[in-house]
Amino acid sequence: MAESTKTGVDLANQDASANGRKPVVVVDDLHVKYRVYAGGKPVKGTGRSLLKRSGGGIREVHALKGVSFTAYENESIGVIGSNGSGKSTLMRTLVGLTPPSDGAVYASARPNLLGVGAALIPDLSGEKNIQLGGLALGFSKQEINRLRDDIVQFAELEEFIDLPMRTYSSGMQARLKFAIAASKQHEILIVDEALAVGDQRFRKRSEARIREIRENAGTVFLVSHSMKSILDTCSRVIWINKGVLQMDGDPKEVVDAYQETKK
Amino acid sequence: MSLAEYADRNRLHRVGARPSLPRYLADAWGRRDFAIAMAKYKIEASNQRNRLGMLWIFIKPTLNALLYGAIFGILQGASRPENFPMYVVIGVFLFEFFSTSMNNGAKSITGNGALVQSLAFPRITLPVSTVIQQLMTLVPMLGVMVVYILLLGAPITVEWLLMIPLVAVFTMFNLGVALIGARLTVHVRDLTQLLPLFTRILFYTSGVLFSIETILASHPWAIALFDYHPLHEVLSIARGALMPGVDYDPMYWLYFSVWSVAVFVAGVLFFWSAEERYGRVD
Repeated sequence: MAESTKTGVDLANQDASANGRKPVVVVDDLHVKYRVYAGGKPVKGTGRSLLKRSGGGIREVHALKGVSFTAYENESIGVIGSNGSGKSTLMRTLVGLTPPSDGAVYASARPNLLGVGAALIPDLSGEKNIQLGGLALGFSKQEINRLRDDIVQFAELEEFIDLPMRTYSSGMQARLKFAIAASKQHEILIVDEALAVGDQRFRKRSEARIREIRENAGTVFLVSHSMKSILDTCSRVIWINKGVLQMDGDPKEVVDAYQETKK
Repeated sequence: MSLAEYADRNRLHRVGARPSLPRYLADAWGRRDFAIAMAKYKIEASNQRNRLGMLWIFIKPTLNALLYGAIFGILQGASRPENFPMYVVIGVFLFEFFSTSMNNGAKSITGNGALVQSLAFPRITLPVSTVIQQLMTLVPMLGVMVVYILLLGAPITVEWLLMIPLVAVFTMFNLGVALIGARLTVHVRDLTQLLPLFTRILFYTSGVLFSIETILASHPWAIALFDYHPLHEVLSIARGALMPGVDYDPMYWLYFSVWSVAVFVAGVLFFWSAEERYGRVD
């Protein structure tokens, strides 16, 4: 299945390609539309296909237009596409945070995004934010107490953990957020490569940690703009272009085709 | 065979599908530590940068009570209720619990957009956490209120213990209101603009600052109507329990309990039925 059509997937084909593998995520003709209040005048001759004006200053953005694919157990799937192509929307819909306007996502377990930043409170100490972030991720209090030292150590914040998070540098904050989020294991995981944070040394360590999480997770979606890390780690690549699944298949082929259009 | 059937055959479940009500409530119960921690830490964080810190929890309603007491004490002249300072303190402190639960509860989903967009947990945790936060604020406030009432000369009686079941029922009522408000503002954001006005209307129609019976003495039918006003019922019961020589209709307990259970059940059902909707950004 080197290439797929825009409208749907040939199921007979799909079963054959599955080779008895167990599907864990099925995305069925997924559409996502956002209705947003648009201020100002639209620029002439832009994006008529993507942005449809429906009067009264409300614009409808059709972010995903009928995406279908099936992911199998132990697959590592790279997701590529230019900015605004719908990658993030697709990932947020996969985890059930953005409801689809049409179509559906089916999964064997709830897919999870790697991230916890939004649950934290900047005015609180790092220590308390570990508690709060851990609870937000679904850990019990006992589990958090067990994980706490590892998190502090990984974030390299031993000296500052009792200070309010707002007093941290942005790199320190990012490290703490990453360390909390990375403490959880997932069956189906979605990783945004932009998560690798901090200075060069920490970036290396966080990349290694992401790899470790990826290896332990059953199925992984990796969103990245780095074709190198996609080719290094993925067994399959999906290319999203303007809300449509442009291509799906062997990493080398898809990445080559994608880079061809970028020239 | 469609993809949906294919998914079903492989025992995959639709992601983001609303769970059944018992399952949903069980999930939410599993997240109780998160709700409590969020409530506790938000109180801590909101006062941390003020010099007087936690003391503001008491200072603000006290200043409110003083201001309202002074203005309405003068305006009402001789027609003000007996033991007016006590009357106002109880009214203002308890009304504060309701109004903050309603206002903050209504913003609990819309005001936590980033959190709703990034982590999966039963959304009911957010309004519940808000009401827990208000309850945590109320308990020390009640302590202060009791001190004020003692200073104003009320004797300690066994009846004071009635405040415990009253606060429990009141919390249930406020939670129901918060849940309804939380969903409504998701559909119509503009409601947040109207909420302060709505709060004000309730403030002046619940008998926080003046006795309904005195003001409406010439309209007995209107007074009868107030028997069914839930906030008027709470304030009447609290004053009856805490103040010397104040009576209330014991039926108020029944009326208010019915109100609370009804609002709470309606709130839970109303909130739960839109569970899939809360992540949407439009």
